[in-house]
Amino acid sequence: MSALFGYGEYAVSLLTIGGIYAVMALGLNLQWGYGGLFNAGVSGFFAVGAYASAILTAPPMPGHFVGFGLPVIVGIASAMVLSAAVGWFVGRICLGLQSDYLAMATIGIAEILRLIIDNEIWLTNGSRGIVAIPRPFEDLPGVWRDLAYLGLVAAVVAALYLALERLARSPWGRVMRAIRDNEAAAAAFGKDVASFRLQAFVLGSMAMGLSGALTAHAFKFIGPDATLPLITTFLVWVMLIAGGSANNRGAILGPIIIWTLWSATELLTGTLPPEWQIRGSYLRVFLIGLLLQVVLQRFPRGLLPERPPRPPEAEAPQTERA
Amino acid sequence: MDLINLYLIPGVVLGCIYALGAVGLSLIYGVLRFGHFAHGDVMTFGAYVTLSAVALLGLSPFAALPIAMLVTALLAILIDRLFYRPFRDRPTIVVVIASFGVALMLRSLVEIFWGADDRSYETGIRRPVTYFDTLVIAPRHVAIIIAAVALVTVLHVFLTRTRLGKAMRAVSDQPSLARVCGIDLDTVSLWAWVFGGALAAAAGVFLATDTQLNPNMGWNLLLPLFAAAILGGIGKPYGAIVGGLVIGLAEELSSFPLFSERPLVPPDYKTGVAFAIMVVMLLWRPQGLFRGRVFE
Repeated sequence: MSALFGYGEYAVSLLTIGGIYAVMALGLNLQWGYGGLFNAGVSGFFAVGAYASAILTAPPMPGHFVGFGLPVIVGIASAMVLSAAVGWFVGRICLGLQSDYLAMATIGIAEILRLIIDNEIWLTNGSRGIVAIPRPFEDLPGVWRDLAYLGLVAAVVAALYLALERLARSPWGRVMRAIRDNEAAAAAFGKDVASFRLQAFVLGSMAMGLSGALTAHAFKFIGPDATLPLITTFLVWVMLIAGGSANNRGAILGPIIIWTLWSATELLTGTLPPEWQIRGSYLRVFLIGLLLQVVLQRFPRGLLPERPPRPPEAEAPQTERA
Repeated sequence: MDLINLYLIPGVVLGCIYALGAVGLSLIYGVLRFGHFAHGDVMTFGAYVTLSAVALLGLSPFAALPIAMLVTALLAILIDRLFYRPFRDRPTIVVVIASFGVALMLRSLVEIFWGADDRSYETGIRRPVTYFDTLVIAPRHVAIIIAAVALVTVLHVFLTRTRLGKAMRAVSDQPSLARVCGIDLDTVSLWAWVFGGALAAAAGVFLATDTQLNPNMGWNLLLPLFAAAILGGIGKPYGAIVGGLVIGLAEELSSFPLFSERPLVPPDYKTGVAFAIMVVMLLWRPQGLFRGRVFE
């Protein structure tokens, strides 16, 4: 019975983290799947959200760290606003230029933010991280606490999914896809390409900030390690591409599957003798990298490929997106 | 004198390292038209190959350099074959994503084989030498600067005196015209990887000689490398060399206490200087100082 209970708890935490990754992947899907914008600094937007919410809601520790002790909802809302603002700043600089620049500038922002987090100890408590971040529903008894938080994450994912589906099927979504597939043609139809791209980029950044805030509250702790590019930027890219970019269901399925794989292999390497455990964890990273390459080369459309909404009349032949 | 000893010379050394990395980045962009995001990790790999050569063959890091350059060049060719070439007919952004994945794979390979701890080629304190009573310079800095100048000279002779080097510049300047002239793109791209990989290995070894080996050393350099390549005009090897020197000097000089006792920019934020230069270039002159091309 207790073993069963353990599995249940494991499943709840698995789904909670998977759900948080799904929020991130939905944001990235808006940027990459619908907008064709390569954001290589997801970890930066994640960090802005996580730290903004953590700093605003954690209790102050005099002499160590500021902390404002505000309600969680204020923290989460500010996290979204702040990461959207960073997205706007990066987008304004780079979206007029081409994709490689955007990739570099987003990596740049992410690395600079990492420096700030490591060095501005008065604000972020440096490498020790911020502790005692409040978590919603923490007064509930036993399992209900974790289940309620899972419910919150699931509600966020569902709301985001519905909103993005609406958006993808709206005229706005059609323009985004048109810009992605043929920028010149979209511009010739009088669409303001730069402005549409900026909107997609800012909205995507906002979702990434939201996922950061949800992570900070889920663990009640945030430290610089959580903002390493590997576990945010990289993993979420693998998730989105494996799940199927430009498909919001893929952006939810991918994170759940990849996160299950990622965390199940962690259990597996945990059973290795100690001298192999560390190597095993690096091997895991290598294999996930290899998985990305295999998916990119063999299954470029992912598990759930894009299904553009059909035009109301006239069965227009659908061209495959390269 | 402090300005020269503690800021200018380290700046030139760092600039040489950046220049060698950025040249490769620029060559690869010129021929293959994509930003190679695994370049920093190729540098790391070269540095660790040298570590093994030093340990196994008892060579000094500089003597082991040719071996590391050769091995890393071969690795670069292999990576191209396995992970980049299959995407030739797909949008370039897919190759960029693939290179992002290769960066991570290379780093984890380094961690699997050599571990994640800081390492160095030789232990013990190395004493700087004083010239003319006031000029203090570490022998390793002299060696790095001389070796970097020698490598850039070799590259210069290759680009200006050999058929292949001229072909490479032609492809970089005008790909369609070059193809019409009968230049074989496969050979040119092969050699872009050879030079890119070998120079990256050299940059990695110099960085490790100057500081330490760490699996993240190359990834952390990606930002200044791209800043240097963009500053010089992407696709322009000579521009990348100048760009590398400028960024290296700017990063080191930025911590000089010019107006007060405190450094101009806290040393922890050196990378921020490279980023700031890059952002200014992107806003003001995305084609770079030397009229390279804009990523397309």
